[in-house]
Amino acid sequence: MTPHEQFVAFMTILRKEIKRYTRIWTQTLLPSAITMSLYFVIFGSLIGSRIGDMGGFTYMQFVVPGLIMMAIVTNSYSNVVSSFFGSKFNHSVEELLVSPTPNYVILMGYVLGGVSRGLLVAIIVTIVSLFFTQLHIHNIFVVVAIVLMTSTLFALAGFINAVYANSFDDISIVPTFVLTPLIYLGGVFYSMNLLPAFWAAVSKLNPLVYVVNAFRYGVLGVSDVSLPFAFGMITLFTVAAFAFSMHLLNSGKRLRQ
Amino acid sequence: MISALTIENLSKSYGNGFQALKGISLEVKQGDFFALLGPNGAGKSTTIGIICSLVSKSGGRVAVHGVDIDEDFPAAKKFIGIVPQEFNFNQFEKVRDIVVNQAGYYGLPAQQAAERADKYLKELGLWDKREVASRMLSGGMKRRLMIARALVHEPKLLILDEPTAGVDIEMRRSMWDFLRKINAEGTTIILTTHYLEEAEALCRNIAIINHGQIVEHSSVRDLLRRLHREVFILDCAGMLPESVAVDGFVTRVIDEHSLEVEVEKGQHINDVFAQLDRAGIQVTSMRNRANRLEEMFVNLVEGAA
Repeated sequence: MTPHEQFVAFMTILRKEIKRYTRIWTQTLLPSAITMSLYFVIFGSLIGSRIGDMGGFTYMQFVVPGLIMMAIVTNSYSNVVSSFFGSKFNHSVEELLVSPTPNYVILMGYVLGGVSRGLLVAIIVTIVSLFFTQLHIHNIFVVVAIVLMTSTLFALAGFINAVYANSFDDISIVPTFVLTPLIYLGGVFYSMNLLPAFWAAVSKLNPLVYVVNAFRYGVLGVSDVSLPFAFGMITLFTVAAFAFSMHLLNSGKRLRQ
Repeated sequence: MISALTIENLSKSYGNGFQALKGISLEVKQGDFFALLGPNGAGKSTTIGIICSLVSKSGGRVAVHGVDIDEDFPAAKKFIGIVPQEFNFNQFEKVRDIVVNQAGYYGLPAQQAAERADKYLKELGLWDKREVASRMLSGGMKRRLMIARALVHEPKLLILDEPTAGVDIEMRRSMWDFLRKINAEGTTIILTTHYLEEAEALCRNIAIINHGQIVEHSSVRDLLRRLHREVFILDCAGMLPESVAVDGFVTRVIDEHSLEVEVEKGQHINDVFAQLDRAGIQVTSMRNRANRLEEMFVNLVEGAA
């Protein structure tokens, strides 16, 4: 395929993905807005007002970046895992596999679909958060970079989950038993400085720690981890996830007989 | 002239040790209407799966219009349109979107994709259903949708795996007419089917596959010529007696107006008519008892078993 033909194929996949999640917006976009509103009300306003400051900010200000990032992570992940597994389940993935579309274009199409949903939900959640607190962006470049990198990383993770999944149960196991604990233990609701030394060290293995703290730095200007280190770790995880996804596509594992 | 499809010593073994293909070779010429026949589990779908990249081969060589799939599979894929046996489209997508998207996967720009999709949806009688979710289509319409989708990038080789399975007679005939038309326009067609009548009516050349091996590869005409025996049913004007003897032929009275006659290779059915005429039995019409190709197919497959 020529580069232009590849671009056409990429845009076709991306357009199809965007059309899919906007068509079912009550299942894909609305729940995050409602869930985050509840988080803002309960953790931010009701409980947060009794907690006091954290990291030099009100508790509401402290949790908002983490909650926005939580929405980005879950949406970029779940978009790709449900869409790609769905196409595997109904065999419509064969439409792509029999076509000359290169594997990296297929991967990028699905991943960018997940990234776009992550970004859209991030905008919605940010707008919702403005009803509860004021947001002053400390460094817009860090914010944009970390949002794009994070949504890419978790869209790739969703793709890997979809390739390995054999049933719809399998696409909910990882979000429920892996992703959710990692998010909650990733410093969304607390500063890492509150943890004992051992658990703070263990937390360094959690990619969500870097994601949440780097984003919090972009918004508030404070972080529990070094920013270059956080970017380095996210880049490392993303490159590894991309390489593994390409390996799965090139080998045809669980996609071709 | 380069062949539309060349397969040499193609083999496929699955992880559990099952050998689905045991080194098959066949060639399909450009413009041919080719039937790939075989009983269930013979290796037809595996062969097709390898050609269109859904199944990885264990050995051998496949070339589509001279392009080796090991050297440049994307280029080979551009020549191929595939209509699988099972419905493999998103049931929630609209009919037109499915066809337009498929064009996009082949790199066709949006306007050209839309024009092609509209053209084939009209030709296949799906234009009125273009904005309908595909799950709302009847079985026959879903099959035609898959044909429209396979043709949208205008492949030189169209492969259809059981395209008329579960389709009513009227729709099957109209599908046959459409396939004849695109074959006449230059598209090479490979067809697998369980309806041997379909292969006899449409195809010029044929390969029969059984237990992962090609047991026959010739023209339909040659194959039929090799039949040793045909059975005819003669419809007679008057009442037939309980038994009718025709010298040199095996006969059986089916009912008071129908007589079954077996004609061996080298015998002439005129002899039957002459003897019946002398016996005062008038024949008003005649027909084959069984599909001739079916008989040959059964002989070949049972012989190889």
